[in-house]
Amino acid sequence: MVTGTPALLDARRARQVAEQVPDPELPMLTLADLGVLRDVEVGADGTVVASLTPTYSGCPAMAEMRADVAARLREAGYQRVEIRTVLDPPWTSDWITEAGRLKLAEHGIAPPGPAPRGGPVPLVLSPTRPAVPCPRCGSADTEETSRFAATSCKALWRCRACREPFEYVKEI
Amino acid sequence: MSDDHVYLTLAEGHEDDARWAYGTGFEDPLHGVDTSVPEGVDAGELAAACVALADDALVSAQRLAEWVTRAPELEEEVALANIGLDLLGQARLLYSRAGQADGTGRDEDAYAYFRDAADFRNVRLAELPGGDFAFTVVRLLVLSSWRLAHFRRLQAHPDPVLAAVAAKGVKELTYHRQYAAEWCVRLGDGTDESHRRMRTALDQVAPYLGELHTAYDVRDEVADDLRQVTEAAGLTLPVYRPLPGSGRAGEHTEHLAPLLTELQGVARAHPEATW
Repeated sequence: MVTGTPALLDARRARQVAEQVPDPELPMLTLADLGVLRDVEVGADGTVVASLTPTYSGCPAMAEMRADVAARLREAGYQRVEIRTVLDPPWTSDWITEAGRLKLAEHGIAPPGPAPRGGPVPLVLSPTRPAVPCPRCGSADTEETSRFAATSCKALWRCRACREPFEYVKEI
Repeated sequence: MSDDHVYLTLAEGHEDDARWAYGTGFEDPLHGVDTSVPEGVDAGELAAACVALADDALVSAQRLAEWVTRAPELEEEVALANIGLDLLGQARLLYSRAGQADGTGRDEDAYAYFRDAADFRNVRLAELPGGDFAFTVVRLLVLSSWRLAHFRRLQAHPDPVLAAVAAKGVKELTYHRQYAAEWCVRLGDGTDESHRRMRTALDQVAPYLGELHTAYDVRDEVADDLRQVTEAAGLTLPVYRPLPGSGRAGEHTEHLAPLLTELQGVARAHPEATW
């Protein structure tokens, strides 16, 4: 049985629509999986307000995400849609959901470990970073080939066991 | 939806407000953000601070982008382009904030494309030609360490937009500094030739270190980073008397104007163009 006032139900439905929009650069993830969809509200006049946050300052996909969310909500029958950008608190890879992490791994992209927390990250010049397990064969015998990859949020790694290169979503 | 179809879906028709990957006309990066300036914050000072930080980032991003198609390895090209993209993103947010705060309502393009060299407030270190890869990584280490220390302080700025831009930037700059530091150690502790080039690069950068002031005293933090890296690289940071003049006062080297000519040429030739 469905409970709740019509306005609440409407907000829940709008949220479900927005949550299903795929990320333009990691299309196996929805914007909800990625943690960039921060909030969806329906105002008294029926306006849907969806709040998005960028992953990185220079993320070129933000305009695309805004347009996609607005288009999907309009297709779902919401005439008035407003998209807000939220900068604070800044996105962290910890917001990628468990479902999102599984989808990344299924697509050969290693999900991030826990992001550094609390205070400044010191400059460390010794190789202290733990190895990222290979998303294909699970081996821990892997190495970084580049700290940066095709998108800001990923690094390039390779597996010494199965010899496959793979991408890795960085902790941030 | 299967993955095969996702990219096709993205390439389908869009509303006018989406131009991702299609050219100019990106919408305001602060779209939908509360733009009021809080009481007690001097709007003129806020705008000036945002422009200076944005100019550092834009000019640095332009120098980094020059490595695209010229970097020693594809991975380094991708890295330098990504770092430049982060800085460009910071610049866009900061220019937009400056235009709101100074009351002119200027957008990011007005600041980036339609000001002359004397109006730019970036530090001169950012505008020096890229030249050697060793120089690029030494400069990147210095500027990212300095900007990171500054942004850490700015996270507590009373303007919530500047504070939020800084909080986001701190995470990005931590990666930039790490990348630059690792290359500095690798080259400094590498062959005779790479060591020699690192020494030359430090000699080129050192006279500009005196210009790296901020409203906060971050000298110790930056000095600690540089000491740690130079020691691990088997190098010493030379001591130079600071060059007179200041990019923050609009006094630049002869290298900024040609950089801006390239950066601004298309926008100025076709000021109303979108594509």
